[in-house]
Amino acid sequence: MRHRMTGRVATFGISALAGLAMGAIAGSAQAADDTIKVGILHSLSGTMAISETTLKDVMLMLIDEQNKKGGVLGKKLEAVVVDPASNWPLFAEKARELLTKDKVAAVFGCWTSVSRKSVLPVFEELNGLLFYPVQYEGEESSRNVFYTGAAPNQQAIPAVDYLMSKEKVQRWVLAGTDYVYPRTTNKILEAYLKGKGVKDEDIKINYTPFGHSDWQSIVADIKKFGSAGKKTAVVSTINGDANVPFYKELGNQGVKAQDIPVVAFSVGEEELAGIDTKPLLGHLAAWNYFQSVDTPINAEFIKNWKTFTKNDKRVTNDPMEAHYIGFNMWVKAVEAAGTVAPDAVIDSMIGVSVPNLTGGYSAMLPNHHITKPVLIGEVQENGQFETVSKTPGLVPGDEWSDFLPDSKDLISDWRKPLSCGNFNVKTGKCGGKGS
Amino acid sequence: MRRAFRWLLAACVAIATTSAALAADLRPLVQTMGSGGYAGTEKALNQLSEAGDPAAVPVIEALQAGDLYVRKADGLVVIARKAGAGFALTDPLSGAVVGEAAAGAIDKIKINNALRRSISATLGALTLMSPDPATRRSAAEAVFKSRDANALDALNTAIAKEKDERIRRVMEQARAAVILTAGASEVDTQAAIATLTARGDRDALALLSMIAASGATDALKTAAAGAVAAVEQKLMFWGALQNLWYGLSLGSVLLLAAIGLAVTFGVMGVINMAHGEMVMIGAYTTFLVQQGLRTYAPGLTDLSILLALPAAFLVSGGVGVIIERSVIRWLYGRPLETLLATWGLSLALQQAVRSLFGPTNREVSAPSWMSGAFELGGLTITYGRLWIVVFAFAVFAALLVALKRTWFGLSIRAVTQNRPMANAMGIRTARVDALTFGLGSGIAGLAGVALSQIDNVSPNLGQSYIIDSFMVVVFGGVGNLWGTLVGALALGSLNKFLEPYAGAVLGKILVLIFIILFIQRRPRGLFALKGRAVEA
Repeated sequence: MRHRMTGRVATFGISALAGLAMGAIAGSAQAADDTIKVGILHSLSGTMAISETTLKDVMLMLIDEQNKKGGVLGKKLEAVVVDPASNWPLFAEKARELLTKDKVAAVFGCWTSVSRKSVLPVFEELNGLLFYPVQYEGEESSRNVFYTGAAPNQQAIPAVDYLMSKEKVQRWVLAGTDYVYPRTTNKILEAYLKGKGVKDEDIKINYTPFGHSDWQSIVADIKKFGSAGKKTAVVSTINGDANVPFYKELGNQGVKAQDIPVVAFSVGEEELAGIDTKPLLGHLAAWNYFQSVDTPINAEFIKNWKTFTKNDKRVTNDPMEAHYIGFNMWVKAVEAAGTVAPDAVIDSMIGVSVPNLTGGYSAMLPNHHITKPVLIGEVQENGQFETVSKTPGLVPGDEWSDFLPDSKDLISDWRKPLSCGNFNVKTGKCGGKGS
Repeated sequence: MRRAFRWLLAACVAIATTSAALAADLRPLVQTMGSGGYAGTEKALNQLSEAGDPAAVPVIEALQAGDLYVRKADGLVVIARKAGAGFALTDPLSGAVVGEAAAGAIDKIKINNALRRSISATLGALTLMSPDPATRRSAAEAVFKSRDANALDALNTAIAKEKDERIRRVMEQARAAVILTAGASEVDTQAAIATLTARGDRDALALLSMIAASGATDALKTAAAGAVAAVEQKLMFWGALQNLWYGLSLGSVLLLAAIGLAVTFGVMGVINMAHGEMVMIGAYTTFLVQQGLRTYAPGLTDLSILLALPAAFLVSGGVGVIIERSVIRWLYGRPLETLLATWGLSLALQQAVRSLFGPTNREVSAPSWMSGAFELGGLTITYGRLWIVVFAFAVFAALLVALKRTWFGLSIRAVTQNRPMANAMGIRTARVDALTFGLGSGIAGLAGVALSQIDNVSPNLGQSYIIDSFMVVVFGGVGNLWGTLVGALALGSLNKFLEPYAGAVLGKILVLIFIILFIQRRPRGLFALKGRAVEA
């Protein structure tokens, strides 16, 4: 009996797999040769689906719009969507599949740093192109990756500067989820704050597991830390689902933005959609884009997005803008190179400049990061952010942080003849540390 | 006589002109609020605060509420409130109707955190003499927070006039805060230190430690340091109690999540990996009920949580019965296959909800009676958590009664203890199985209603509770409801006790190690069932 049952389960599993494989084959069979394929590598199931599904949708919209304008190099674009299911090793497998089987010209994808680290060797081995749209911890520069999200100096440092100068904050709680992005960002911030003369006892670092849901004692602890007679702020690198219970607890315990402001690097319009924002009025976020930014190009983008998703309530957010910039840069670089061959496109990407949604132009730098304005916004009752500060000019992305001893001598420049992602200016050698 | 009349007349004119002059003084100030961005608004607000005229209160209140606008056509500062498609405009000082405007014709005067702080400070200083006691009290609290030296005169007048003992105490504390911040004579400062020591909360501690670090004289420093020690000791005692409350509160959440599993896994012996998804379905049912009420009966939205309780019980219970009938009944006695099948089921349910409702979080707003917090001595207790604790114990009691005191409970116990005998006695065991599984799932649905108040309503909601639920049931002793209760509260308290020392991450790991070691010593958990039923 037991054997028969196991057999049945196995048969079911195999037939399900076969079904999936058939689907994939059928999908690729429809593809004609006169199209350019673009890979979309975002989780559509599992924990990260909450954030990444939106990015898949925005890519489909951008590709659709480009096709309406006549495609690229006279060919239509064709989206190849795969689902890495929030499973990091599966990201690498799916990336390999996109590059070898589907032979896509470029891949737009990944959210978490661990998924990016997982696909990095695949893109380098197969010489593919990856556009990574999320703010991240830096300390990386690969020839095959274009980082369109913010580096720490385009988000974290300006946010801390704002709090120091405008809110006169002297005491800092650095609260984050326990993984590489918050840990590296907090390391950079700690070094930066100490450089500004903040004492050890005025910095408190706190890490919580993914999906942490009971914030009572941590919020109480923050209140306690904040009652030492100095203005206190929380810098939050709390990621994903844990944010909703965190903000609910802040609201319930009456931690008001006037007293202890919380500035978040991973909370955007999409995350606020699940929270009642009335108690959060005035808490802050630092991004390079807000939906509330009042420019004609942004108004058009929002209109198109709502039409495309057929949902008037859908919000836009910063990583979506990063994909918007990255995709337009890729189109421009391909048209300049006249081919989709990776080497030619990689070379012509540097220096490409396209409009961003906040009313300026973003350019691709030799270190494969881009220039962006930095915006600080306060949460409003309607779940949107009101910009309260914007950097006067564009901030160039700095891949190797100047505030970490390991990386302060490193630079990245992918232009020939240097062509190096980690050139050590002290020793004059390529390949100091990192990838 | 004539002369006296003339004097009187002159006095009247003088009074009339001064009040007119005051209003006239305010008007240009109000007019400047709309220009110069945040800095301009801040400057105008400071001047209003210095003028100290309560006539400015409605203007500032409108600014705080986001109702103060500038008319684009002539730059007039007005209060605008939504009326139909456009806005109805009124004069901020006199309240006279100015006219109407379309949304595009007026600009909101924006405020940021710094302005919000100034607003509450200014409002506090201006409303200290308000006839409404609640307003006076919050005004005093606002001044206590802002420590605005400008408010000192107003405070002194207000304290002299105040009849209510408790409000006067808050006002005196506010005065003490102002004195400590602005500096005063040694005697006054000592008195202020004493007042704040009596207040003895975190805000007082903040001020006292400031004086202890940077007081004017050594005598003041020592006095403040002594006060700090006294307040800290008091706070430490309350802190320990507060931690106990957090433990109880986390324990009750664990209890809610685990109690349904105590039925399906504990009583029936089904390893139900889809238990978390039953919780999730309960939470989504709450969302649907709330949406429905919002659309069809907006007046009842505050009751949506109560109405969601039976709905969630029925929906999750119904899904549970369907699962039992379609999948689980074929797998009784084969734990490995049950584990795999229910795990697959949990993935399928998650993805189904994801396709139906989208991957993003859904908002379930808290009813007014579940929002906010109250102070109990030095404890801060949030209403939401308090109700969840009450609810968890109510569900536990109800389940206990259902199992021990009803005929249905009797049949459940009969079937689980000796199936063939129960069958022989005429109990339809298959039906009891389905209903028991439905009961466990329904209770999970109830947990979902409660969790929708503190966690994400997303397809992943259940996943984060499944491990904890199994831990509680196994730790407490499989098949024993009291074990589940004690297990949940013990693990909750242990977690909260460890968290401040070890951090949230290490705390969780330590709890897990503790449970592994415990299970090594006592494989059947805290309260092991004894007797022949266990061996069978």
